[in-house]
Amino acid sequence: MRNPRRVWRPWGAVAWLAGVLFVLPAAWMVLTALHSEPDAATNPPSVAAPLTLQGYAEFFGAGTGVSPWPPLINSATASVGSTVLVLLLAIPAAYALAIKPVRKWTDVLFFFLSTKMLPMVAGLLPVYLFAQYTGLLDNISLLAVLYTSMNLPIAVWLMRSFLAEVPKEIMESAALDGAGLLTTLRRVVAPVAAPGIAATALICFIFSWNELLFARVLTGVVAGTAPVFLTGFVTSQGLFLAKVCAAATVISLPVLVAGFAAQDKLVQGLSLGAVK
Amino acid sequence: MTSSRIRRAALAAAGVTLLSVAGTACAGAGGGGAAGDQSTINVLMVNNPQMVDIQRLTADNFTKQTGIKVNYTVLPENDVRDKITQEFSSQAGQYDVATVSNFEVPFYAKNGWLAPLDDHIAKDTAFDQNDILPSMRQSLTADDGKVYAEPFYGESSFLMYRKDVFAAKGLSVPPNPTWQQVADLAAAADGAQPGMKGICLRGQPGWGELFAPLTTVVNTFGGTWFTKDWQPQVNAPEFKDATNFYVNLVRAHGEAGAPQAGFSECLNNMTQGKVAMWYDATSAAGQLETQDSPVAGKIGYAQAPVVRTKNSQWLYTWAWGVQKASKKQDAAWKFISWASGKDYENLVGSKLGWSKVPAGKRASTYTNPDYLKAAGAFAAPTEQAIAGADPRNPGVQPRPTIGIQFVDIPEFTDLGTQVSQRVSAAIAGSESVDAALDAGQQLAEKVAAKYRGK
Repeated sequence: MRNPRRVWRPWGAVAWLAGVLFVLPAAWMVLTALHSEPDAATNPPSVAAPLTLQGYAEFFGAGTGVSPWPPLINSATASVGSTVLVLLLAIPAAYALAIKPVRKWTDVLFFFLSTKMLPMVAGLLPVYLFAQYTGLLDNISLLAVLYTSMNLPIAVWLMRSFLAEVPKEIMESAALDGAGLLTTLRRVVAPVAAPGIAATALICFIFSWNELLFARVLTGVVAGTAPVFLTGFVTSQGLFLAKVCAAATVISLPVLVAGFAAQDKLVQGLSLGAVK
Repeated sequence: MTSSRIRRAALAAAGVTLLSVAGTACAGAGGGGAAGDQSTINVLMVNNPQMVDIQRLTADNFTKQTGIKVNYTVLPENDVRDKITQEFSSQAGQYDVATVSNFEVPFYAKNGWLAPLDDHIAKDTAFDQNDILPSMRQSLTADDGKVYAEPFYGESSFLMYRKDVFAAKGLSVPPNPTWQQVADLAAAADGAQPGMKGICLRGQPGWGELFAPLTTVVNTFGGTWFTKDWQPQVNAPEFKDATNFYVNLVRAHGEAGAPQAGFSECLNNMTQGKVAMWYDATSAAGQLETQDSPVAGKIGYAQAPVVRTKNSQWLYTWAWGVQKASKKQDAAWKFISWASGKDYENLVGSKLGWSKVPAGKRASTYTNPDYLKAAGAFAAPTEQAIAGADPRNPGVQPRPTIGIQFVDIPEFTDLGTQVSQRVSAAIAGSESVDAALDAGQQLAEKVAAKYRGK
């Protein structure tokens, strides 16, 4: 018998290496955000340059007097709003597909997926014209609805695989004990599926928080989201790397916080569907 | 018991979130729908340093004087062009004013996307339209003779060089150099200081990056993108000679990382003493001469280098245009009159420093003693460059459209950018100039065929 720890050790090193590789760009961004603009722009990079908070001051409006809060609030509104909507729609749909499969449920599932096959950019112009004629341009609720429709197929697929993991036996015993549908859902299915719901919610939140293409085209003066605001720091005349890195760091924080908050559930959730 | 209470609380929290989302959404919709109200205007603009300054000055000055609040949306150059095209082509009416350049104004006006400004100009005598430099006025006037935009700042191109570096070598840069002289000077200055290259020339792909300076070189070598009757000339001997000259010069004595270097990178190289010369926009001078710049006071300025033409500088301006569908034409003009006016230049000068003045558009700027004191080194060469630029006749042959460093058709952005990618590859050494321009000729032929039929 070989010691299992020795077998796994090289893989541990690979995992650490991959982890460091993934963190490096983010760490680079955080470091660049703390440099002055000229230091941030040098080639080769000046890693040991003195640190300053000027980039963050610029992000919070020191140069222009423009506050970053409205776009951040817009992003939060669209992301949280669409995530809640997605969950409200995806959980019942996934329940119907996983626990009490409807007839031809594989076709239904494939139909959901097929809606993701159209490249988003192909829908951009019709959506823009629709928004213009209906007066919904520059309205954050339009983005919330669009993000809901973008994320719904993924959420249904994810939730279906999570709900399919709920053992039939415990639902049968709940039914034997006289529990109705709602009680079963709340007391039996929900606790088992909670990690899956958390994982789905986080993924939907991240996707809508990071969306740029539709936000850039459909918003304007009042409904601009954080990613659109971030691109506003890029200029073709002058230096901007430190400002943009500071903006990117601040805008990444909510996602990071949400990720850490949901970490335990997430690890459970992501392994739930994987372990057969 | 406990867990079900938590769950109920969570459900309630979700419900509250949804309600508040709906509430915010309605508030958002209400805020955006104030049409016809002259007290707020929306401005879409490119993120250049001059635009950052105007954001800072608007509330305490323009809004205080007129009661008109200005909402700015700033985006990087490529994004703002996309957004303006999208907004103006659909006449969505979200934005009242946008920054348009002299590239867009002629065909935007032809498409009926911009509101003519002549009536406002006639009434607003304090604005003093005749003070605007003639070449600027000409570039912002459409074929129908009406003015469709007012310049915020204007620029031409000239040669910037390190006086101290050339003085140490016992060399001098003539005020009207030829490209051969510049190439010889670049060779002499290469390595004059540790890590210093001879010249910075843009190599970054983009019709407005690499092809802005390169097209002026093509012009003065006798080349052109198209003849008057839309025959493409991209692989003609003159275009090839000019491109070979440019590529060879930048490969031999140009900046490090040239295939990725644009205006910003060259500005950085010049500021950090990594190049001895730089051929680029006159608006760069203000940034080189700010107080915290390490090269302030060390820069000399010469006119754009030439070969066969008398001069060879470009002409460019970011200007304010009013969307035709805007319901706030009067408020929009008030904003333009303020932002492009004489007083705004004085305001920037006194509040932010005279080197930051959005110059290059008014004759009076170049007689203002305060401005001349701060910008003395580059004021006269800039005015000379802008005044000498002839957007109707920039080369040795007649042209099909207005424009010096561009062909004034919407297709040029794609055409110029695609050809620039291959020329940039030639600067990187992965393609030959001949192959790049032969491919460019085919692309240009497709564009020209559309116009020959008209």
